Amino acid sequence: MVRYAEFGTHHPLRDWLTQRLTAVVMAFYSVAFLITLLVMPPVSYSLWHQIFLLPWIKFTTLLFFVSLCLHAWVGMRNICMDYVNYARTRLLLYVWIISMLVLYMIWAAQILWQQ
Amino acid sequence: MLVNSEMARRPKYLDLLRIRLPLPGIISIMHRMSGAVLFFALPLLLYWFQQSLTSVATFGALKAAFSHRLAKIIVLGLLWGFFHHLCAGLRHLALDMHLGNGLTAARRSSAIVLIAGVLLTFIVAALLW
Repeated sequence: MVRYAEFGTHHPLRDWLTQRLTAVVMAFYSVAFLITLLVMPPVSYSLWHQIFLLPWIKFTTLLFFVSLCLHAWVGMRNICMDYVNYARTRLLLYVWIISMLVLYMIWAAQILWQQ
Repeated sequence: MLVNSEMARRPKYLDLLRIRLPLPGIISIMHRMSGAVLFFALPLLLYWFQQSLTSVATFGALKAAFSHRLAKIIVLGLLWGFFHHLCAGLRHLALDMHLGNGLTAARRSSAIVLIAGVLLTFIVAALLW
């Protein structure tokens, strides 16, 4: 009997959709961010700082970081599933990746709301 | 049509050094590698983001750090990783919607992704410095 629990993603369609939806969110944010940077370059601290004081910028930026972490989880887990053959090593890597991504999300929120 | 014995004799290049990957395959593995690089760069990027927003002093220090050659190389590499990943990802979304699924179209879009990634990197780098 094949033990799917060790290999599978449990929710392949959900993961596929998560990867795509977060990609679209990040693509829109990144392009808007780059255009903003090019139109008004952050030459001074006060200018740059003021942008991130706006509540809707804080929330869209946080949405970007949450999308980034979900997207990175699906991608990194796919890499682990393809190249790491030992279930225990893979599980340890999963725990490490998830821990790091959760920390990054908290860190991002902290940076944004410390302003 | 291949007869069985011919199929048995056909070369199977499972040796990574002898496999010749077609262009869409190269784009695909680069998509994966750039994604992994960006994942490992996340703490650095978040640190830079934090430094840029903490105070006038840290903002200035970060600006000064970016003028170093090593920092420029790192930024250039990460920009390329980002733009390649973005372009290859947009190609994936198009393929999901059954746009450009044919062999010729898929090869052409791979070439476009490769060139666009490099081009966007240089355009943004030129505008940054």
